Amino acid sequence: MVKIKSVLKWSFIVLILLFIYFPIIFLTVNSFNESDMIQTGWSGFSLSHYKYFFDLDNEPLRVVLQTILLAVIVALLSTVLGTVGAIGIFYSKKRTNGMLSAVNRIPVINAEVVTAISFALFVSFFSIDKSTFIPLVLGQMILCTPFVVLSVLPKLRQMDNNLYEAALDLGASPTKALFSVIIPQILPGIIAGFLLSITLSLDDYVIAAYTKPDSFKTISTHIYGLDKNNVVGPQIKAAYWAFTAIIFFIIVIAVVLVNVHSYRNTRSKKK
Amino acid sequence: MTNTKAKAKPHFSRKLLAIPYGLFLAIFVVIPLLIIFYYAFTNDEGKFTLEYVKVFFNESGEGVIGFFKSYNFKTIMQSLFISLVSTVICLLIAYPVAYIIARCKLKNKSALLLLFIVPMWVNFVLRINALKELFVFLGTYNKSNAWNIVNTIIGMVYDFLPFMILPIYTTIIKIDKSYLEAARDLGSTGAQAFVKITLPLSKAGIASGVSMVFLPSMTNYVVSNYLTFRNVKIVGKLIDDYFMGDLWHDGSFIALLLLLFMFLVTWLTGGFKADEQTETRGTSLW
Repeated sequence: MVKIKSVLKWSFIVLILLFIYFPIIFLTVNSFNESDMIQTGWSGFSLSHYKYFFDLDNEPLRVVLQTILLAVIVALLSTVLGTVGAIGIFYSKKRTNGMLSAVNRIPVINAEVVTAISFALFVSFFSIDKSTFIPLVLGQMILCTPFVVLSVLPKLRQMDNNLYEAALDLGASPTKALFSVIIPQILPGIIAGFLLSITLSLDDYVIAAYTKPDSFKTISTHIYGLDKNNVVGPQIKAAYWAFTAIIFFIIVIAVVLVNVHSYRNTRSKKK
Repeated sequence: MTNTKAKAKPHFSRKLLAIPYGLFLAIFVVIPLLIIFYYAFTNDEGKFTLEYVKVFFNESGEGVIGFFKSYNFKTIMQSLFISLVSTVICLLIAYPVAYIIARCKLKNKSALLLLFIVPMWVNFVLRINALKELFVFLGTYNKSNAWNIVNTIIGMVYDFLPFMILPIYTTIIKIDKSYLEAARDLGSTGAQAFVKITLPLSKAGIASGVSMVFLPSMTNYVVSNYLTFRNVKIVGKLIDDYFMGDLWHDGSFIALLLLLFMFLVTWLTGGFKADEQTETRGTSLW
């Protein structure tokens, strides 16, 4: 009886994992397919989609690189603003703290399309030029910064406040104490916020669609546009299959490395 | 005397750090939301009007009964249906998954949990694209209206499942095991202990997960558009269509309704006062 239960349990887990991974694995297999039409089935092994993707003369690689650059810029700005903001919120009085935390939650729970159009209205209301990239960067910062604040705040709560006081008593200036006592203690939260900002910016479609300069493309808007127009050759689409496969490989390797590392750590601790 | 001064000063300066972010929130979050209000209740000349409220509720000119036949109403109902079904399916999948992982005897539970979260690191449009190609291969892509709805729901579940698993897992793993032991000692069966202890104590996680799946699956029109050749409309697409058609005032009114709905749902699920215990998309992802 217990055995049947456990078999049922784990087959359920495996089934859901299959559902989650199958589309990506299916696309990864097809990225090695010579054909760029899914319907035609397997027509032979080929690396042509990868060759097309890695050619800088073709659009996909340029779009990927500029999307990554945008994500890094947005994440850096959001991380600085969010970290400073979180420290400020943490040390403010209860009322300010409560109000700022509540407003901070709005972009987190609000529908992305509402955030996007409200900011797009703002941009047009004050006639800010979209081709300056300022609306795009600010728009994505609205999305990312609240998450930085949310990942830094718990670390501030866990922090040992006496260390900061000790630093001051020993003659450190508040700024010095901030950088050499507070920041190192909340660093894991800052890094988590930064990484989260990168993924949020990479994933974003709606805000980018409403605030980007007309000629600029991100990965999301490019692929979405391919489906919309349906005029661009399937070659570009197939190049993105190759890109999906590459990301998938990188993630698998990263996860395996992290797990091996933590496994070794726990084993060496036992010894 | 000097000692208290030295202590008072740094507190003052750290508090000031909230100013730049406070300004950022006020200018780029609060003011844009006020602009939605402004556009919903003014016309092109900037004068106050209820015209767009009327247009929304009385599109066909038949009064209240006409509203229930209108395109807006049908779209909202279809969207609510998709969203409800997706949320229920997510919950039915996520709860057992979270429960099994949280209560299994494996030492490395977080590694197993990670397997469910890892796909989120692939760009979301790329993932939806993968699903679409699979539908194309299986021949269900844009086959019929019913298939389009089914594919949209599959897409929503596929995309938002991790947001449901994470908060439920975090609440189950935090339940004090001694409660369960006490229940067993007092003679309750496993099922009784589950209904009386585990389920009530994981309510916060369920509420958090539901709010994270329900609203996005009403508004994330990338999923519905991409998987159905733009044939299934949801509320998010309704707003997008009005804005793309330069009907900003009409679009703003619907956005305002959605905003109020969002506040209502958040208030009901206690999202505004939620602390890191139910914080999900943020900390537990990394």
